[in-house]
Amino acid sequence: MFEGSRGPDLTDIPSAVAQPKRRSSSQLVWLVPIVAVLIGGWLAVKTILEKGPTATITFKTAEGLEAGKTKVKYKNVEIGEVRTIGLSDDRSQIIVTVEFAKHAEDFLVDDTRFWVVRARVGGGQISGLGTLFSGAYIGLDIGRSTTKRNEFTGLEIPPIVTIDQPGRHFILRSDDLGSADLGTSIFFRHTQVGSVVAHELDQNGKGVTIKVFVNAPFDQYVNANTRFWDAGGIDMTLDASGVKVDTQSVISILLGGVAFESPAGTGAFPEADPDTVFRLFASRAAAMKQPDREMREFAMYFSEPLRGLTVGAPVEVNGLLVGEVKNIGFEYDARLKKISFPVDVAIFPGRLRALSQEGMAEPTPAEWKARMDTLVEQGLRGQLKTGSLLTGQLYVAVDFFPNAAPAKIDWMKKLPVFPTQPGTLVELQATLMNISKKLENMPIEQISADLRQALQSLNRTLVSADHAVKRMDKELAPAAKSTLEDARRMLNTAERTLASDAPLQQDLRTSLRDLSRASQSLRELTDLLDRQPESLIRGKKEFKR
Amino acid sequence: MNDSAVTASQFGLCLCHGCGRLSRLGGDGHDMCCRRCGAALHPRKPDSIARTWAFLIAAYILYVPANVLPMMRTGSLFGAQVDTIMSGVVYLWHSGSWHIALVVFIASIVVPLAKMFSLTYLLISVQLGWTHRPMERTRLYRILEFVGPWSMLDVYVVMILVALVQLKGLATIQPGLAVAAFGAVVALTMFAAMAFDPRLLWEPKKDHHV
Repeated sequence: MFEGSRGPDLTDIPSAVAQPKRRSSSQLVWLVPIVAVLIGGWLAVKTILEKGPTATITFKTAEGLEAGKTKVKYKNVEIGEVRTIGLSDDRSQIIVTVEFAKHAEDFLVDDTRFWVVRARVGGGQISGLGTLFSGAYIGLDIGRSTTKRNEFTGLEIPPIVTIDQPGRHFILRSDDLGSADLGTSIFFRHTQVGSVVAHELDQNGKGVTIKVFVNAPFDQYVNANTRFWDAGGIDMTLDASGVKVDTQSVISILLGGVAFESPAGTGAFPEADPDTVFRLFASRAAAMKQPDREMREFAMYFSEPLRGLTVGAPVEVNGLLVGEVKNIGFEYDARLKKISFPVDVAIFPGRLRALSQEGMAEPTPAEWKARMDTLVEQGLRGQLKTGSLLTGQLYVAVDFFPNAAPAKIDWMKKLPVFPTQPGTLVELQATLMNISKKLENMPIEQISADLRQALQSLNRTLVSADHAVKRMDKELAPAAKSTLEDARRMLNTAERTLASDAPLQQDLRTSLRDLSRASQSLRELTDLLDRQPESLIRGKKEFKR
Repeated sequence: MNDSAVTASQFGLCLCHGCGRLSRLGGDGHDMCCRRCGAALHPRKPDSIARTWAFLIAAYILYVPANVLPMMRTGSLFGAQVDTIMSGVVYLWHSGSWHIALVVFIASIVVPLAKMFSLTYLLISVQLGWTHRPMERTRLYRILEFVGPWSMLDVYVVMILVALVQLKGLATIQPGLAVAAFGAVVALTMFAAMAFDPRLLWEPKKDHHV
């Protein structure tokens, strides 16, 4: 090129020393990116391998949830984390996207339930206090289904029982919810054995379905014959049998409760299967009633007013409850132009049979009719009776009245008409009516005229008596007065005479003294004469010693 | 290129990096060492472009985990939190400290990226033998070298926090894997910048393999 022409002399510059071949380091540097690739690849693979499934959960509100922070925990073990929180298309809900850990894959099945764990106060218990500090987290209850799922609807309220809790679910149907609420306790012989886990209004709005969970081992006490009833609050009934108060426990008074029990002496029933449907009765009394499958209905026409008779009023035979009043109706007989008020009563013959020791077979309809006819012939009648004088509640008593007018059951009507007998009050009324009628028939006019005459003569008699008395007063009184005065004077004299310082007394006393002295002298004389009779003649001799 | 027409290598001369002595290279200029101090003599940094590429590619690769993996795990009484660089920036931005967010964003995301892109650009320009604007490209390289250590800001912050906040039970901060990756990115870009020979910017392509 420009070898030595213009530049400085380059020969002075020492030449470099040739070095023996060392290493070919040029290729070694590529180890660095290779290592980087290895590290990066390892991290990527690890991340991909560790990346668990994601699922979306919808909630009503995202209160307490935070993307990237809120955890998903099962039994307080962290298994996932909220990635994003968004709104649903219609903005009615929020959608939470959760990324789960790898091992949580099996948890995302059809019946897995999610809910937000927050601090909650209610139902007599406080839960989730720890979340006050740590923030809310999403809890879950892992289902048993094997169907995988990635979209869930979160529960607004934590489930009361988790799937792995031993016990059984049962379904109660009721007309209304009563005191049952989510978490309301289930009592068995006053022991808390479970809780209400769900309730919803039926589709047609005519009833409520309540789901309850009875913990093991108490679920074995639920059998096919078990009765459930609403044990909440204070069950106070005021009926023909008086005032009754029934409660379960203080907690149930305040927070409501559901109790169950199997009626005693109903024999062995198999344990109820899970999700068996039971009826929820309003009270224990209603629940423990025998199930009245066999029901005979009659109509009864009462002559007395039906005030105090309510639907559901008892029908009693000899004081035993055998039925109830079903309906109180109104009938207008166009032909006779008469109105009447039929009382429909339902008789449950099974109850009486249950009482019999040897056990009676259910009669055929014909047998039943014949039997009833015979009984009515013997005087079986329905009668309204006052159950409680305090409340005026009436009930229907079916009793024998051997003296009753003969009657028959009218089987031809839609509801057989059962003959009735006027009630005791009505009888009393009738008696009173009889008396008043008799009174009415009495010749009161004549009696009063006679009475007046008698009174008049009596008056006359009295007047003359009065005259006599007056005359006596006039004539006898002065004489009597003077006589009395004389008598008083005489008495005065006598008093004066008899007084101790009276002259007569003095004289008498002196006389008496003289008399005693005289008698003493006389005694001495007699003594002298006794000793010296001669002294009478010779005179008194001097006593010689 | 007229101002750089004469170069030492054109005369077979080379400056020792160790003692600064000028030596004349014989032969093909390979495998020579300084007569005075014995340091290896290279007219240009050896395998400059290959090395720079190697470091740069490694940096690119590690840049991904540095941003994806958690930088810092904060555990406190009120729950645990895992932050990546970007989530930290987003958090700062949303919590109102947008200037700090900006600083972190620039220092931790923009600068490393800019460094890597710049190096890539320089490498490509050299390999393709571009001759325009050598001055600007040299200035760019100078800035790159200067900025190098300062992009470790994130790593410094995390390390200081980790050292300071260790209140067992109450609060702990632990470094994540991203710290290592990020540190590696910064170091690798520095190495890449060091491996790059800016003199190549001034030379036509044919001389590169000298």
